[in-house]
Amino acid sequence: MYEITVRHTNNASASAVHADGLAKRYGELWALRDLDLDVPAGTVLGLLGHNGAGKTTTIRILTTLAEPTTGRAFVAGLDVVADAARVRARIGLTGQYATVDDLLTARANLEMIGLLYHLPRAAARKRADELLERLTLSDAADRLVKTFSGGMRRRLDLAASLIANPPVLFLDEPTTGLDPESRREVWEMLGELVADGATLILTTQYLDEADGTADQIIVLDRGRIAAEGTPSELKARIGGERIEVSLDSPDQVEIASEALRPFADGPIAAEAGGIVTPARPGTRLIEVVRALDIAGVDASDVHRREPTLDDVFLTLTGKRQRDPEPELMETTA
Amino acid sequence: MTFTFADPSAVTRLRWQLQDSLVLARRNLAHVRQIPEKLIDVTLQPLMFVLLFSYVFGGVIHVPGGSYREYLLGGIAVQTLSFGMMGPGTAIATDLGEGIVDRFRSLPMARSAYLLGHLLAELAASMLAIAILTGSGLIIGWRIDTDVLHAVLGFALLILISFTMIWIGTLLGVLARSPDAVQGAIFLVVFPLSFISCAFVPLAGLPAGLRTLAEYNPISAFSAAIRVLFGNPTAIPHDVPWPLEHPVLASVLWCIALLSAAIPGTLWAFRQRTTD
Repeated sequence: MYEITVRHTNNASASAVHADGLAKRYGELWALRDLDLDVPAGTVLGLLGHNGAGKTTTIRILTTLAEPTTGRAFVAGLDVVADAARVRARIGLTGQYATVDDLLTARANLEMIGLLYHLPRAAARKRADELLERLTLSDAADRLVKTFSGGMRRRLDLAASLIANPPVLFLDEPTTGLDPESRREVWEMLGELVADGATLILTTQYLDEADGTADQIIVLDRGRIAAEGTPSELKARIGGERIEVSLDSPDQVEIASEALRPFADGPIAAEAGGIVTPARPGTRLIEVVRALDIAGVDASDVHRREPTLDDVFLTLTGKRQRDPEPELMETTA
Repeated sequence: MTFTFADPSAVTRLRWQLQDSLVLARRNLAHVRQIPEKLIDVTLQPLMFVLLFSYVFGGVIHVPGGSYREYLLGGIAVQTLSFGMMGPGTAIATDLGEGIVDRFRSLPMARSAYLLGHLLAELAASMLAIAILTGSGLIIGWRIDTDVLHAVLGFALLILISFTMIWIGTLLGVLARSPDAVQGAIFLVVFPLSFISCAFVPLAGLPAGLRTLAEYNPISAFSAAIRVLFGNPTAIPHDVPWPLEHPVLASVLWCIALLSAAIPGTLWAFRQRTTD
């Protein structure tokens, strides 16, 4: 009764997600250019970048919501344009903004989405209960979603994308707007999904999140790949902790940089109100302060911190990302 | 739980199309449970209009060849069904303003199910409105004075008019930037249109300029057609243009014309709004 198709057994089908030269233009602006991807089944790809870097555009193309201007993409071996309908049966999407119905209860939302994945009614109901339990929403199952907190909506949105157990999951900034506790819960749950064999493509603006979860990271900058590799490869390139020195006067950038040199494990960059550099391993902050003091630097603050996405761009492209292009990803008009 | 990826047969796809539309229609009905005031325009409003007009104007407005109460019902029915644009218009504009349509588009549901679901839910609401209009009409003394065939045609025309208005509302919902904009636009158009027509007052009572407008107003043709089919007084003078001489045919043609603009327009605009 069912037709079993083997039309798409090309190389692409070996990977959960594969893209060649994907590009998307909105009007005059290229939101995405020359994106090549290959995500083996059962692994996690992290798309890292600022607003407007092309993360959401990538997700929208791969989930059939937007058509690429050029290039091709395959999800579960199926072309996202030519075979969009079949792709949709195999993916789950958690968008950037919670896409659940405010005027339904949590349970009704999940059941509706289960039915729209064509699960039998009893299966949709059972699966909704399971997910409510798993995402600690059981107590709120029969409450209207409009009474939910941001974190609860986010978890419900995640549950909605999991209802049919799709093998490939897309999560656009899954932890945006969550408190640290919920954030941890979501990552724990995503880890379990991967352990169960799911393939995840997720976007984030937080380096440490991608670091902990992704097998592979692509750093996007204004629609292009700025860097890619495993988290450890990228970390090797961007270095570890930073030392940041805040200066009252820009005149002191030069002497402060000289004083900081012995502790630097990479270039020293001037930024608004101070300088920053990767710290040489074993650097003690007190020595840095002493050196600055001896050099006569009037520093208003000296501290160490984890590298941020800004540091990634600074190291990879030699410049700070000052003015991210406007977020045009939610444009559906 | 395992998930099978066998491709559906043509029959299965057809069944899914229907099933998906019903799932989405049920979503609208669930919204009504949460916000019962959504149903005011198809329940209390027609009831209120029937009672207000028949008791307030009933003694003042004289309809040649019958009572005002019998005359009134056709007009109120048409106005109520015209305000039926509001439901789909605001619901769709609300959905499009939120992320929920993206969610639906990423699901393997039938493409057409979203709009069909709204259509089915709104048609159900219209049936309720027609039932309430009929009931309240019977209470105030309105009667069907024709045979069964004409009565059935009368109800069929009410459904056709409602179907047309729902599609116009759907088009407005897809085009508008916000639900409030839809609501304002519909109010500003339907209210004057239903008053500059023979929906509530006989044509003879209108001043010359307005009367010409009223003669070509589709609301006039619709109201007159319903009166003809139910055998109520129409109070149409002799010197009227073609649409009012043949109101039933004119109404059907109006519906066909409006639908042949609204349906393709909606599908086109919906595609535009949801494609990038």
